[in-house]
Amino acid sequence: MSEQNAAARPIRRRVLTEEIHEGPIRAHAYVCEAASCMSLQAHDITLGLGEAAAEAGLTDVLVKRVGCMGLCAAGPLVKIPETDQLFSAVKPGEVAPIISALEAVQPGSEREPLGPFFEHQVRVVTENFGEIDPESLEDYVARGGYEALQKVLSEMTSTEVREEITKSGLRGRGGAGYPTGLKWTTVAKAAGTQKYVICNADEGDPGAFMDRSVLESDPFRVLEGMAIAAFAVHATEGYIYCRAEYPLAVSRLRSAIRQAQRAGFLGQGIADTSFTFDVQIRLGAGAFVCGEETALIASVEGKRGTPRPRPPYPAVEGLFGCPTLINNVESFANVPAILRRGSEWYASMGQGKSKGTKVFALAGRIVNTGLVEVPMGMSLREIVFDIGGGITDGRPFKAVQTGGPSGGCIPAQFLDMPMTYESLIEVGSFMGSGGLIVMDDTSCMVDVAKYFMDFCRDESCGKCVPCRVGTTQMWMLLDKITRGRADLVDLAQLERLAGVVQKMSLCGLGQGAPNPIFSTLRYFRDEYMAHIEERRCPAGVCEIEPAEVPA
Amino acid sequence: MPALYTKPSPPSDDKRWKIVETRMRRMGDRPAALIEALHAAQEAFGYLDDDALLYVGDTLGVPHSRVYGVATFYSFFTLKPQGEHTCVVCTGTACYINGAKDILAGLERDLGVKPKQTTADNKISILTARCLGACSLAPAVIVDGQVAGKVNAGELVARLEAL
Repeated sequence: MSEQNAAARPIRRRVLTEEIHEGPIRAHAYVCEAASCMSLQAHDITLGLGEAAAEAGLTDVLVKRVGCMGLCAAGPLVKIPETDQLFSAVKPGEVAPIISALEAVQPGSEREPLGPFFEHQVRVVTENFGEIDPESLEDYVARGGYEALQKVLSEMTSTEVREEITKSGLRGRGGAGYPTGLKWTTVAKAAGTQKYVICNADEGDPGAFMDRSVLESDPFRVLEGMAIAAFAVHATEGYIYCRAEYPLAVSRLRSAIRQAQRAGFLGQGIADTSFTFDVQIRLGAGAFVCGEETALIASVEGKRGTPRPRPPYPAVEGLFGCPTLINNVESFANVPAILRRGSEWYASMGQGKSKGTKVFALAGRIVNTGLVEVPMGMSLREIVFDIGGGITDGRPFKAVQTGGPSGGCIPAQFLDMPMTYESLIEVGSFMGSGGLIVMDDTSCMVDVAKYFMDFCRDESCGKCVPCRVGTTQMWMLLDKITRGRADLVDLAQLERLAGVVQKMSLCGLGQGAPNPIFSTLRYFRDEYMAHIEERRCPAGVCEIEPAEVPA
Repeated sequence: MPALYTKPSPPSDDKRWKIVETRMRRMGDRPAALIEALHAAQEAFGYLDDDALLYVGDTLGVPHSRVYGVATFYSFFTLKPQGEHTCVVCTGTACYINGAKDILAGLERDLGVKPKQTTADNKISILTARCLGACSLAPAVIVDGQVAGKVNAGELVARLEAL
């Protein structure tokens, strides 16, 4: 019933060439239409290619928009999947080479090598990226979508689903790495008839765009993961809390929710069973602290996004006082794959207690900025140099910042360290949501610490004193150092204050705010000393004020 | 016995209030709809004036103080009308280490405006964003809704002055 419905009312015309098709399709042209390529007029390329293909009489070619291909630095990208040819930095109106390549495609044509950027990756969350039209339920289903939900609803009990997730070893991908199965079990066992599932899509870390890409490129996967979670914890209502700064992600989600409802994958009686679950979108309004779960709940309730002390944890007392499951976008996106392919398969990837894969956003001074998915435990060197292509302009590598403003930097001596939750904490950083900002010798680490403190100072919600006052004081001390006005007493004061803020703050924002200071002091203390004792910025970034001459 | 509650009517017969009213009604006119309602009002009018805040608060039964609190807490909401054109400069980490600081300095030097300010002739508003997610285009700016990547201060000023 549901499938007929979906077929009878196509949501929107997908591509221009669809109408001129006769017979089977010989070749495809996939145009990346995710935010990065979109801002370089990727949509005009799709339309232009469609027109050009029609003009050339290529009736057996389908031009299709797809999600993020990952290699954002080379965008806009067009791919011919039959031959794996990849066209980068395509300009609208300059599509002739693509058309001739499409003409040349024959069944059994030779495939081009993918290159190290793609070859080193293992795709689980991003398996449909660059393959499906993000606004087409048919495309998602054709790639195995909603198999997991149907299997769960027809063959499994909620306990079995939770056990499967626990066995897979999946841990929260939002940063803290709390075991997902354990969280689900707590919510399922919490007393109460009304329960909620919330998807945290308030990706506030500057330089992190994994969640945005997932929502833009494969929104149905998140909805399916949420529905499975709702079944496992007995929830009937779900919310996706998404940043208002991601208009494309929001519109693709809206379209996906509408289509899933129409096809019977959301709403009452999902997949002809008695299971009921529906999802609503709530827009954030530009507050970083709303990524913290209790602040996020306050914001969904229409209040100021300020955190509250835990316990009670949201799993027991969350949205509107009911047990609430909060997971990050990437965590939910892993769920359908785990249930479709089994927990053993998932647990076979990764290292130690960090199972599966992790999506990272590469940015900063790196050649291949973009989105990559690798097994947990891959070394930073492989990620930065093999996949990322090394540092821009061949400059020397200095550090990688992970975990955003609450994380820390990893210097060159740890390049061969495996990337797992535990090892990152060992070196004084943390996984965070997965943004990797690469820095070379043109970045001053004191200035970077000041930048993050400025961020925390600005984003502190003001509820608790250590964070509200402490971040401002630390920023002032860092500012003094970068101006060459500080002495060793100031440095000691800064370290002491950082310890106080870390221990006394109410939520993760304040507790994590001193981390950039701690880690830069740990590995780049010499830079601090150069600013203080020699009144010099080794990287030449800070503007040191001239020495005061006693009158 | 308190007087029976009557739903307040919109501040004017501007049709755009309908959008705000509908969005609130869809969520059952409950206090939880506050942020969504403010989003609707800002989308419709470009900014939130006192009329909008009072109307939304009265409809949802939220005290005016709390409406003001929420509207000022979230940086996405603006209580002042914007200039004719807007230029959003991304200050995310990737843009920062690729020179967003120089862009802001250039704008201040050549146009005389700091972030969150509007030029004296009310033409250009400069805003900053935490991260546009366009890290591969760093440093990135949005001029009137169009993302521009790998910009430098001189080009940007010239482009804004030509608007």
